[in-house]
Amino acid sequence: MIDVTARYFAAFREQVGAESERITTSARTAAELFSELAERHGFADARVRCKVAINDELCDWETELTHGDEVLFFPPVAGG
Amino acid sequence: MSFAIRSTPIDPRALEERLRDARAGACVTFEGWVRNHQDGHEVTLLEYEAHEPIAVAEGEKIIAEAKQRFDVLEILAEHRVGRLEIGDCAVWVGVSAAHRGAAFDACRYVIDEIKHRVPIWKKEHYADGASGWVNCATGAPVRNAERAAETAS
Repeated sequence: MIDVTARYFAAFREQVGAESERITTSARTAAELFSELAERHGFADARVRCKVAINDELCDWETELTHGDEVLFFPPVAGG
Repeated sequence: MSFAIRSTPIDPRALEERLRDARAGACVTFEGWVRNHQDGHEVTLLEYEAHEPIAVAEGEKIIAEAKQRFDVLEILAEHRVGRLEIGDCAVWVGVSAAHRGAAFDACRYVIDEIKHRVPIWKKEHYADGASGWVNCATGAPVRNAERAAETAS
């Protein structure tokens, strides 16, 4: 198990009811953590439409998590 | 710095001045304005949110790509965050180039990529009091289902 911080934006933040939370998880990758959190918080967006960043760098969903990481979950974007 | 996230109004004239170049024969600018309707619903205001460090990094990357792909002189872009009212300028892209073709192409590329890649989100507030995050499958189920159908078509 590792400890990470999950940060949420826009629709995700409103669904969670918080900007961030500390998570103790057995998830190995960003994708696994997303699945765990999507189930817990009822995220309706498909992962393929979302993006993830670790420690302020966009990354692949299969990136492995490290203890202490800050993982940012971005719902589908809508600039412009 | 070519891309900026702003919480204060965009100043198109000041940005255009920064594009000036004696070698330029064309200047193409795009302004995205807040409109009063979406999918048949009356919109009263928009709220934009960004994750600034990644938004700026991604915006700079898009502009660097456009400079590689198109024969242009300068590209600048800015995007607003916060509460915007109908008619406000939410995003501005400007390109100077020797000739108009490259300027139009680069401007189109930059605004399209900003919409798809930069971590910026838009919450619409409707006249009936409802609100919803655009593109997100939450908040306003019926309207989002309509959008999903629109995206799929």
